[in-house]
Amino acid sequence: MPETTTAATTAAPAPDREFTVAERSQSQLVLRRFLQHRAAVVSLGVFVALILLAYVGGWLWKYDAGQYTPDNSVPPSWDHPFGTDSAGRDQFAQVLRGTRISLQVSVSVAILATLVGTLWGSIAGYFGGWVDTVMMRISDLVLTLPLIAVAAMLAHNFGGTWYLIALVIAALYWAYVSRVARGVVLSLREKEFVEAAKALGASDARIILRHLVPNALGSILVNLTILVALAILLETSLSYLGFGVTPPDTSLGLLVSEAQTALTTRPWLFYFPGLFIIIIALTINFIGDGLRDAFDPQQTKVRQ
Amino acid sequence: MLAFAVRRILYSIPVLIVASFIIFALGSASADPLAPLREKNPPAPQNVIDAETVRLHLDQPLLQRYFGWLGGIFTGDFGPSVVSTANIGSDLADRFLVTIRLIALAMLIALVLAVVIGVLTAVKQYSKFDYSATFLGFLFLAMPAFWFAILLKQAGIEFNNAVGTQAIYTIGQVSVPPPQGTGAYILDVLGHMVLPTIALALISYAAWSRFTRASMLEVMNSDYVRLARAKGLSRRTVMVKHGLRTALIPLTTVTALDIASIIGGAVVTENVFQWKGMGDYLVTSIRQNDVYATASWLLIAATVVIAFNLIADVLYGVLDPRIRYA
Amino acid sequence: MTEQIDLSPSRRRGTKGDVVLEVAGLDVSFPSGDGPVRAVRGVDYTLRRGEVLGIVGESGSGKSVTSMAVMRLLPNTARVSGEIRFDGRNLLDLSEAEMTRVRGSKIAMIFQDPMTSLNPVYTIGAQIAEAVRAHHDVSKAAAMDRAVELLDKVRIPNAKDRAGSYPHELSGGMRQRVVIAIAMANDPDVIIADEPTTALDVTVQAQIMDALKAAQDETGAAMVLITHDLGVIAGQADRVMVMYAGKLVEVGSAEDIFYTPRMPYTLGLLGSLPRLDRRSARLTPIPGSPPSVVNMPPGCPFGPRCPKHTEICDETEPELRPTTGPAHLAACHHAETLVGAAADDVFETEVADAEALHQLAEETP
Repeated sequence: MPETTTAATTAAPAPDREFTVAERSQSQLVLRRFLQHRAAVVSLGVFVALILLAYVGGWLWKYDAGQYTPDNSVPPSWDHPFGTDSAGRDQFAQVLRGTRISLQVSVSVAILATLVGTLWGSIAGYFGGWVDTVMMRISDLVLTLPLIAVAAMLAHNFGGTWYLIALVIAALYWAYVSRVARGVVLSLREKEFVEAAKALGASDARIILRHLVPNALGSILVNLTILVALAILLETSLSYLGFGVTPPDTSLGLLVSEAQTALTTRPWLFYFPGLFIIIIALTINFIGDGLRDAFDPQQTKVRQ
Repeated sequence: MLAFAVRRILYSIPVLIVASFIIFALGSASADPLAPLREKNPPAPQNVIDAETVRLHLDQPLLQRYFGWLGGIFTGDFGPSVVSTANIGSDLADRFLVTIRLIALAMLIALVLAVVIGVLTAVKQYSKFDYSATFLGFLFLAMPAFWFAILLKQAGIEFNNAVGTQAIYTIGQVSVPPPQGTGAYILDVLGHMVLPTIALALISYAAWSRFTRASMLEVMNSDYVRLARAKGLSRRTVMVKHGLRTALIPLTTVTALDIASIIGGAVVTENVFQWKGMGDYLVTSIRQNDVYATASWLLIAATVVIAFNLIADVLYGVLDPRIRYA
Repeated sequence: MTEQIDLSPSRRRGTKGDVVLEVAGLDVSFPSGDGPVRAVRGVDYTLRRGEVLGIVGESGSGKSVTSMAVMRLLPNTARVSGEIRFDGRNLLDLSEAEMTRVRGSKIAMIFQDPMTSLNPVYTIGAQIAEAVRAHHDVSKAAAMDRAVELLDKVRIPNAKDRAGSYPHELSGGMRQRVVIAIAMANDPDVIIADEPTTALDVTVQAQIMDALKAAQDETGAAMVLITHDLGVIAGQADRVMVMYAGKLVEVGSAEDIFYTPRMPYTLGLLGSLPRLDRRSARLTPIPGSPPSVVNMPPGCPFGPRCPKHTEICDETEPELRPTTGPAHLAACHHAETLVGAAADDVFETEVADAEALHQLAEETP
């Protein structure tokens, strides 16, 4: 090929003026978007603080939960920030203990239900056909029943300790997750990269694990947070009715139940446990919202 | 349209039957009606236990018990209760009527709230109203139903104390003894419904309003809304005739999907306000290890859920011509 | 080597009417995280009754935004300045209420994707009737009659029965014809067709163009035809505007643009048109991609991709100047060098193809 001898000033193309914005990697983008969601970031901070308080704070606190002190029915004071109950038990320690138990239940439920549900829904959605129909019918059946009723029935027989309650609740919530997972897989299945993987000879298992699940990661994480919130509400409701966590363990729901008759005379027994439930569920929900925005910014601004 | 509805109904029957089996099996496995007798101190005499075994069909295998129960239902016999004098069927019927009015009214209020707030926050996106309404929605989503109900009850009590008379009812679904005369009776019932309905409605509306907002935003950005504006229709007409009308369609499905959890919410709310409804019946039945009562309760609940889903499906077909002939 | 493109006289409109729309100094920008996006940068044009004005450009050239600005259908965040003179008034000064009286009755618009332009829950008859009743106080029955009449005009068979159908029961081509019927419902003075055939099969394109012609004949309106497809322009447009990076880069009659282009971008567009009648010539694609309209550097935006590029192109952005005649304007510092040039004189033909073919030719014995 002969060397081009034309002067550089005539035919030389100008330098690339196309991109005036820096490139960013995928996970950086997700993180950046999450950090832009103020409520989510604040909530994350509060949630972490709450966990630290419940475990580290509870361990360091001068009173144990269930420890009987001579101060009966004392309103909140420096010695007893959340007051005491009629048996003299320090409510701050009690609430922290209830928080620990309720958190343990919800997080276990969320993880367990997500694992089972995601697998279930992914397999159903991926294979389709009668596999899908049968699997989703089973999942739908679970969802036709009011979960608190079934949980109460099962827990009454099997329950009492926090991990058994978690198991019972997880045995119901996986159905929610399976539905969502199936939806995600259905939408991803049609995408070209799955066809491409198939054309390259990838096995079904490989496609599910290496391609579908990572792309569904966003939805999975968001749903995990939703589950934690739902689980804590269900567990506290169960405990309130008397079917959930029972003494000697305690739960925030149980604390509320014990306090409801004393609402006028000793309101501190009622408000603090409830507030903690709300804080946990609220922060988790905001975190989930932030995650949702981070993974899939919909930014639906209205065309005016 | 009719064929569509009929097909959906036929679809639901096998689902209900399978559900009934699972309910019965689970119920039988979860509770031993004889346990309270054995665990009494002193334990009940053997002949009593034997008699109860026969009466409660516990001498029969599971499948036989199940078919017996299922068959009996068609004649209104829901099986033997642990309380030998009780008739599960008629008890459930009474309780059902009490609870259904709570659920129906609460759902109606929640729907209206959800639509109004959802649409307003979508139209005034990013306004102060949007932010505060969204925050409030998040708050109610995080609110435990029982805690909020107790709070409302307390507010009612304080209000009554302040006013001096029992202006708001906080206990039970009706006064005891109930007032004479239909008008007074209805007013009394309604008066008792105020607080529990507010509690259940506020707990339920939040998820729906978020959904309506998202649906409305999506619709407002659609091409057909843009074309409607290009036709020269006013913003308001476009929003109602084209935006709202289309955005509300998926809400029917969302509402139906939530009916099971609303029943759960009603159970808790009733407990707080000490109603003698389905909630109380369930709690008592479970506590007493009353297998037939619990199973029957669950079956009724499942039927309600399936019926609601059916109505929603048909309604969806009415509202959206695209799936009408599917 | 100029090719002849068939602009059969039968397709041309003879007399031009009065000026019906005049756009002056139109500027549209949107705020964004990285700075303002200047989608339209100083666009001027006039539109006369009965004529067809084609606006050509790639995605992002600003052609759609220009028309949305005329209809005032841009999002609230858009900053629009300039003048849009219609019916003796500046449309940008009108209140929203006054503007709704203009939309759909004086100026009508047809959008790109017929599959999503119609509301799925209302019948097509109802949607056309709605357009009529928005501007005329007539009964539902009368509006429906008009709807059937319009469906007939756009050649929907069995118009009377079809009026009760839902959009999902119709094909894409038929749906687009319904949209055209809606546009012509109130005898508008201007019809803006934004990529009316882009989402449709080529076979259906002709039907749609016929329907558009019928609409124009029926209403006597001026038509703005926006597209990136020069083939569509060739048969329909009287005048053509070429847009690039938010600005007009060439304006002229259809003959001016197709036979004597004076802007390298236009030449490049013509050269990248696949043609059945030019067996021997190779396609000359334009290398590179359109620039981002955020933080634009000075100079001609087409510079980086232009074979005629010199230093001056990076310094000053060329103004639209008359070239072959007063009505033919081009924005290029080197417009004169394009006299008599064909696309493959200026642009490289596919380099990769040539090399590969060369190699193959040498290998085969």
